[in-house]
Amino acid sequence: MKYVDEFRDPEKAQTLVEKIRALVDQIDACKSRPLYIMEVCGGHTHAIFRYGIESMLPEEIELVHGPGCPVCVLPMGRVDDCVAIAETPKVIFTTFGDAMRVPGSSKSLLEAKAGGADVRMVYSPLDSLSLARDNPDKEVVFFGLGFETTMPSTALTVLQAEAEGIENFSLFCNHITIIPAIKAILDAPGVQIDGFLGPGHVSMVIGNAPYDFVADQYDRPLVVTGFEPLDILHGIWMVLEQLASGEARIENQYSRVVPDEGNGPALEAIAKVFELREFFEWRGLGSIDHSGVKMREAYAKYDAERKFSVPDLVIADPKACQCGEVLKGVIKPYDCKLFGNDCTPETPMGALMVSSEGACAAYSRYGRVEKLVPLLGRGAGTGTGKAPQAEVEAP
Amino acid sequence: MSGEGEGKGAKGAAQRRKLGKVDIPTVTMAHGGGGKAMHDFIDDLFVDAFYNEPLAPLEDQARFSIDALARYGDRLAFTTDSYVVSPLEFPGGDIGKLAICGTVNDLAVGGATPLYLSCAVIVEEGVSVDLMRKVARSMAATAVEAGVEVVTGDTKVVERGACDKLFINTAGIGVIRAGVKLGVELAQPDDLVIVNGVLGDHGATILNARGDMKLDTEIFSDCAPLHGLIGALLEAAPNTRFIRDATRGGLATVLNEIARGSEVGIEIREGQIPIRAVVRGFCELLGLDPLYLANEGKIVCVVAKDEAEAALAALRAHPYGKDSVAIGHVTDERPGRVVMTTVLGGRRIVDTLVGEQLPRIC
Amino acid sequence: MCLGIPGQIVEITNTADKLAKVEVAGVKREINLVCIVDEDHSIESCVGDWVLVHVGFAMSRIDAAEAAATLELLHALGEVDEELDAMRGSGQT
Ligand code: SF4
Repeated sequence: MKYVDEFRDPEKAQTLVEKIRALVDQIDACKSRPLYIMEVCGGHTHAIFRYGIESMLPEEIELVHGPGCPVCVLPMGRVDDCVAIAETPKVIFTTFGDAMRVPGSSKSLLEAKAGGADVRMVYSPLDSLSLARDNPDKEVVFFGLGFETTMPSTALTVLQAEAEGIENFSLFCNHITIIPAIKAILDAPGVQIDGFLGPGHVSMVIGNAPYDFVADQYDRPLVVTGFEPLDILHGIWMVLEQLASGEARIENQYSRVVPDEGNGPALEAIAKVFELREFFEWRGLGSIDHSGVKMREAYAKYDAERKFSVPDLVIADPKACQCGEVLKGVIKPYDCKLFGNDCTPETPMGALMVSSEGACAAYSRYGRVEKLVPLLGRGAGTGTGKAPQAEVEAP
Repeated sequence: MSGEGEGKGAKGAAQRRKLGKVDIPTVTMAHGGGGKAMHDFIDDLFVDAFYNEPLAPLEDQARFSIDALARYGDRLAFTTDSYVVSPLEFPGGDIGKLAICGTVNDLAVGGATPLYLSCAVIVEEGVSVDLMRKVARSMAATAVEAGVEVVTGDTKVVERGACDKLFINTAGIGVIRAGVKLGVELAQPDDLVIVNGVLGDHGATILNARGDMKLDTEIFSDCAPLHGLIGALLEAAPNTRFIRDATRGGLATVLNEIARGSEVGIEIREGQIPIRAVVRGFCELLGLDPLYLANEGKIVCVVAKDEAEAALAALRAHPYGKDSVAIGHVTDERPGRVVMTTVLGGRRIVDTLVGEQLPRIC
Repeated sequence: MCLGIPGQIVEITNTADKLAKVEVAGVKREINLVCIVDEDHSIESCVGDWVLVHVGFAMSRIDAAEAAATLELLHALGEVDEELDAMRGSGQT
């Protein structure tokens, strides 16, 4: 696969790992503590676990898995709203696959579907619009979810619906913006992050300039990074190079996809259809100012939030959840008291256990091999019994 | 009565009775009502397709002699499985072929020679009779390839909405070869883990055939009866520890079952795992992991190290095993865990799946 | 977040709506090109282009020269090491 396999080459990966190791030795800070590098984007988190990248890195580097998994940070109350819309008679509720499993306060979309709601998985919001075209007697709702990467697709779909005069289509807008979240993390007390891998696909839409504050105001390096494993190692190396020379700049590792200025037509579509909300609730991080968008008045008739009455409640996570601390890199997933006991991928309590891109789910599914404690003592147990869940990972 | 009259390979002696016919295009409740319509339906669709000695009289049970069975080995294997695949027809097969292969393979992976199958169908009224005929013929053709006979059956017609078009259950009886000992608890350190070819084809085919993702590609189900392949393997590598078909949950699930069942660790190399380019492309686009995709013609075998070469040679000599390859080995480290060295050279845990795999788009 | 995959545009399917077929390793899908066409890049000129596909939209045209430059850089990193190793090796023997 072009532009894919070249960026998974094990020899180049080995070279990069050696370079990274050499740089770590030059950085004084990590003589006394680990270096914390946050990958903001859930796509990076997924690739890091998928390819076992942490197992290749020197001990001195701790990757902190950031807030960029839109499925994880979606508050439970919004899932309840989805379920309420989906259970409205004559509604076809369409969604990306990974949002189906996210638990609301009483049920997930998968469970709503099992209960008879017409919930369908689609690949693209355009497919949802086709469903509206093909089912004029139904109300088709698309669950708009995700960061700036995905906003153009839903904005353009709304514009297309308007152009065609399709009136039985609407968008349940839950889009969020990444910049305020990065800022919230940098402002949080106790946060120790030395540098960032910037979200490559968000950047291809918004460009590189919006990150300037990370370097200018917070004096941290940020490298906009691609999603293939070599991209990630390369991005880490670029962050370390800056740290080693005491610099803090915004750099672009993913130049094959990310133009400095972002994508003009995409930004235009976003600006046309959406406007900032005063604040938006993030699961695990709480309310963040100007961190979400809603549909402009001009597109009210395509706005599911206006078209349907939704409960719109804020549902708090259980008190013991420490998702916020994990998201900010203050603690590791296994430091949370719920990890592996009450909170597992089967029964997620907190945001980060929900999607495979969430840090806690990734830790319990993929683990970090070298830190594993035995799952089964040889000769102990029946061999078919359930694994003791608390023993997934040793700190 | 002697075994010859009622066992396998003894058909043809009796006259073929005249079979009833269905002459309307769709299945109705009458076809399950117990009267003539039902008899004609069963005759036309199933007796005609499966015709054999134990089935033809349509007794309430098929009868076979114990002596005839004993020629195949020393233990009986008995299994059942239900097939509810949607869509009913897909590239590379249909629900009928699946219903035979699945049950044949469930017997074969236990070291048994599959011999007799039952077939129970639950049909929703309104299904086309032609489609039913097609499915029955597909079952019959697959049964011939698999060397099994469908000797007893049942048909129920249910009202519209009570089931999704057509469900099939098949149960199977096979006889386990004398001396064969296979078990999920028998894997030992240094054993090799072998698969008989490319993985994920069936799972990708079904997801694609449902059409929700609107992708346009040529992926075919690998659905196949594997009794012959497994027979050849057991002949060449009699100390084979364990065989399982990597159906629902895919390769990853089977490997985890072995790791837990035998209290061993399993080390695999991602670079060795055979996956077709289009299946990889399909998975990349939808954010799926091919290790969890279902297969219907693939087995995972654990073989003793000193028999591995013979095992691979025997598998590769068979049409359903041309691309057989060792993907890893058993170790005494990290019992209960499957660890994969990725294409990049990193290492990670391969866990079992939580729930169904959903396309990951965000 | 935001799964994106490189694919090659193989056919324009609807010029007015700017739709095209894109191929990823033998898998084809219709996608929307609105975000990557402008005065400099007409829709017709897109056939053969590699693009980054996200939820049914081409979100960026992949820059072959930049991709090659990144790979070249990674390659060069390794080269320097090999030369050093070779030099060290020859110094020792
Ligand atoms: S273990 Fe569960 S509750 Fe604790 S931080 Fe992780 S997701 Fe949140």
